[in-house]
Amino acid sequence: MSHLVETLGLASSLQLLSLSPPGWGANLLRGLVNSLQIAFGAFGFGLVIGLFGAYGKLYGGPVVRDLLAVYTTVIRAVPELVLILILYYIGTDLINQMAAALGYGRVEINGVVAGIWVLGIVQGAYATEILRGAILAVPPGQIEAARAYGMPPFMLMRRVTIPAMMSFAIPGLANLWLIATKDTALLAVVGFNELTLETKQAAGSTRAYFTFFLAAGAIYLAVTLISGVAFKRIERWARKGQPSLRSGGA
Amino acid sequence: MNSSPARETASGTGAGTEAIRIEGLRKCFGELEVLRGVSLTAHKGDVVAIIGGSGSGKSTLLRCVNFLETPSGGRIVINGEDIKMRADGTPTHRKQIEKARTRLGMVFQSFNLWTHRTLLENVIEVPVHVLGVPRAEAIERARTLLARVGLSEKADTYPAFLSGGQQQRAAIARALAIEPSVMLFDEPTSALDPELVGEVLSVIRDLAAEGRTMLLVTHEMKFAREVASHVIYLHNGIIEEEGPPEAVFSAPKSERLKQFLQTVA
Repeated sequence: MSHLVETLGLASSLQLLSLSPPGWGANLLRGLVNSLQIAFGAFGFGLVIGLFGAYGKLYGGPVVRDLLAVYTTVIRAVPELVLILILYYIGTDLINQMAAALGYGRVEINGVVAGIWVLGIVQGAYATEILRGAILAVPPGQIEAARAYGMPPFMLMRRVTIPAMMSFAIPGLANLWLIATKDTALLAVVGFNELTLETKQAAGSTRAYFTFFLAAGAIYLAVTLISGVAFKRIERWARKGQPSLRSGGA
Repeated sequence: MNSSPARETASGTGAGTEAIRIEGLRKCFGELEVLRGVSLTAHKGDVVAIIGGSGSGKSTLLRCVNFLETPSGGRIVINGEDIKMRADGTPTHRKQIEKARTRLGMVFQSFNLWTHRTLLENVIEVPVHVLGVPRAEAIERARTLLARVGLSEKADTYPAFLSGGQQQRAAIARALAIEPSVMLFDEPTSALDPELVGEVLSVIRDLAAEGRTMLLVTHEMKFAREVASHVIYLHNGIIEEEGPPEAVFSAPKSERLKQFLQTVA
C-alpha cells in the first residue's frame, strides 16, 4: 500500500487530506456534517410541507388549491440557485426588520437554520407533487373501507393513507433526498460553510484544486451510495404485503 | 362468538326491534336521479335481499345507508338513531355518522382489505384503533373469527397472496370483528371466480342462520331466495316489488320483475 502511494506520488495529497493540521481533512468533514445537517432538516421540512401541500391540493377548497398551485409552479420553475438567493436575502431581511420593529438590534442568522428554511421550501414543492401522486395511487377502496368502519379523517390518514401510499412515494422521495444532499452545495453562494465551500477554501489555500475537489466528489458519492442502501431497506419495508415483480407472485 | 351481550343491550334487543329504517331516500348524481324515494325497514334478525338489474340503484341504496354516498333527500334511522343531515345530504355531525358506522359491518364487492396489513392486522384494526378494544383481546377474537371463516392458517399472510374467495372471507371476518348490529353486503360474490363463490356464500349463509341482521345486495338469485326473509326488487330507483322470497320469486306480480327473473335465471 505504502509502496503504491509512493510510486503514484500521492504522499503529498494524502498529507493534505489528513485529519490533523496541516491537513485539511477535518475541515472537509466539518463541511460534510453541515451539509448533512441541512439536507436532513430540509428534507424533513420539505416532507411536512409536502404532506400538507398534497392534502391541500387534493381535498382543499378552491383558494387553498390555487395558492398551492402557485407555490409548486413558481418553485419548480425558478432555478434553485436564484431561489436560494431570493429566499435567503428576503428571509434574513424580514427577520431583521421584525427584530428592528420589536426594538432589537440586527440578528445574526444561524446558517444551518437559514439553509434548512430555504432548501426546505424548495423541497416542499417537489414533495407536494410526489406525495399527491402517491395518495392518488392508493386504491380508493381501501380508503373507503376505513371510512365505512367509522375511522375519523386524521386516523384514516395515519393508519391507512400514509402507509398505503409509502411504496408509491419512496422512489420519488429517494430522488428528492439525493437532490437535497447536493443542493446544499448551492448554499456556498451565501457563504455557508458546507462541504463545497470548505473544499473551495482548502483548495484555494493549498493550490491543490484537483486533490480537494476529487476528495469532495468522493465524499458526495459515498453519501449517495450509503443513502441508496438505506432507501433500498426502506422500500422493502414499505412494499411489505406486495408481491415481488421479479418472482412473479407468491 | 356472537355479538357481546353488552352491545346487544346497548342497542335494545328482542324480535321486532328496528335495526335500519330508510324513508323516502333519494340520490341524484348531477341530473341523474338514481334513487327516487326508497323506503324500507329491517328489523333485528331480518335478512333483506336487494335485487335488481344493473343501474337500478341497489348498490347506491346500500352505500347511502352508511353515508359512503351522501343522500340527496330522505331519512335514515340506524338503531333508532336518526342521522341528521344537511340540505345537501352530508351528515350534520361527523361524530354521529362515524359512531353509527362502527355498528355497520360493510363487505365490499372488491374486498377492500388493507393491503399493507396481514389478515390478522386487518381484522383487529378497527376494534383496536376505532373502538378501543385492548389489543390482546382483539387478537384473540380475530383468531376465532379467522378460524370461523376457515383462514386460521393465513392469519399472518398479506391479502395480495390470497385468492379472491379467501380475501372476501377475511373481509367478512373484519366486518364481524366490530360486532356489527347490521351487516351490509355489497355484491359480495360479483368479483369472484365462479368456483370461489360457494365458499363465500356458505359463510354468509351461516351468518343468516344465526340470526344476524343483514342487507344483502346480490346477483345470486338462488341464494337470495334461500337466505332472505324479505326481498326487494329495485327498478330505476324505486321499489318495483317486494315481499317474502317465495312470493317474489315464485309469483312475481310486476311484468318487469318477471322479465328480470327470466334473464338472470
